[in-house]
Amino acid sequence: MVQLALKQITNLGNSIIGMVNGLGDFTLFTGKTLFWTFKPPYRLRLLFEQIYFMGNKSIFIIFLTSIFTGAVFAFQIYLGIKAINPDSFIGPVVTIALAKELAPVLSGLVVAGRCGAAMAAQIGTMKVTEQIDALEVMGINGYQYLAVPRILGAMISMPLLSAIFLLVGYTGAWLIATKVLMIDEVLYTQKLSDFMTLGMVAEGLIKAAVFGYLIGIIGTYQGFNVTGGAEGVGKGTNMAVVWGMITVLVVDFFLTSFLAQIL
Amino acid sequence: MSNFSVEFKNVTKKFGESTVLHDLNFGIHDGKITTILGFSGAGKTTLMKHILGLVDPTEGEVIVNGTVINQLGELELREFRRNFGMVFQYAALFNFLTSFENMAFPLREFTKLSEKEISEKVLGLLDSVGIGRDAAYKLPSELSGGMRKRVGLARGLALDPHVMLYDEPTSGLDPITTHMVYDLMKETHQRNLNRGFSSIIISHDIHATLKYSDYILFMEKGRVVEHSDTETFRKSENPIIRRFLEL
Repeated sequence: MVQLALKQITNLGNSIIGMVNGLGDFTLFTGKTLFWTFKPPYRLRLLFEQIYFMGNKSIFIIFLTSIFTGAVFAFQIYLGIKAINPDSFIGPVVTIALAKELAPVLSGLVVAGRCGAAMAAQIGTMKVTEQIDALEVMGINGYQYLAVPRILGAMISMPLLSAIFLLVGYTGAWLIATKVLMIDEVLYTQKLSDFMTLGMVAEGLIKAAVFGYLIGIIGTYQGFNVTGGAEGVGKGTNMAVVWGMITVLVVDFFLTSFLAQIL
Repeated sequence: MSNFSVEFKNVTKKFGESTVLHDLNFGIHDGKITTILGFSGAGKTTLMKHILGLVDPTEGEVIVNGTVINQLGELELREFRRNFGMVFQYAALFNFLTSFENMAFPLREFTKLSEKEISEKVLGLLDSVGIGRDAAYKLPSELSGGMRKRVGLARGLALDPHVMLYDEPTSGLDPITTHMVYDLMKETHQRNLNRGFSSIIISHDIHATLKYSDYILFMEKGRVVEHSDTETFRKSENPIIRRFLEL
């Protein structure tokens, strides 16, 4: 009995030590990537490649996600409040929700799934096949060459994708509201301009940029910490997606509270 | 001026409580092929990482071409690493670049050569390691193990290094390709001798080592057991070395 209790305490202690070590590693990694972000040479070609991969190549999936999110959200709002004259509310409610929450968060989840995984897999494969060592031996810093362009790329792409999400989601909601639910077009738009502010759009874009940074840093960190061959790459990729998504959802809560005070 | 390209002075390396290298003192002869030989876990790779400045010694000095590299700052060290060429165990070619791009990579990163000059240099490197033009535009995944090693060697030579390191360069190759790669390493060494060039090979392959090396440094449990020219090594009476020689 005592032995079992001791074993449990030891396991708990080891888990806590492991978590603290992991947090320390992650903090060091963040510090190093920040340091190398501001050190020349600035690798603009690599940055544009990443923006192209994360931004341009994600547009289709963002388009699909956003148009259906907007449409279904408009429909659900209508069903939920049809007893109290929904015509005046659907436009503002859907668009404000899209601008402040749905666009940045759902874009974040899509990018965490698609690009966070790709970052961890690409860098992890390079790690286990000694390609990162090869860079280091040549005198090129791996963080600067591999991590910085991906982190900045995600940070720049995310607000752009979020803006596209907002526009397409708005269009989806407008189509459902005005063409299916037969809400007056003028009323829909007029009410929107009464309630919507630029600050709300800014809030969504700021969130998207923060999520982009976090997805980038988590994806690259998992890639750099891959060990043990192909199995390790799979594990790192999985961790990048899981932690990327959890982080987006958790940080969204705190960021919303913070931005509500300053915007 | 020392006639050693690499010197270890009282180098000890500890990872936590475990001592991986024990008070190493030796010099690697300039202009020669030296093989670092030993069983797995002897400390060969850690030693190589010290030469490259990828790991700092806990005590002592690592001197490369007269510079104490463990006293260099991060940026100076990165600059200094251009003195080295390295061929990795499985070549470590960048998998997103063709052979040509792999060889051009260090030239684009570190020289101000025009694309035309880079192309000429890469084609020269291709010829020097016996790679046909058709292989130049293939990705590493489309090349055989032997071809990858050749491309890795050519990439390592691109910046005209003074010290060439090979980490178990024939791992996973058949015996004929193994000897082809060793021949190529020897040819490369001789071709570059006029500009001050040393080759350091990490290997398990005792037969190839005896055939191609000028000097052999034998390690066991983080200590140098023997460091001598090949003929002296062959006659060593050390029981561990005898065991290795009789394999």
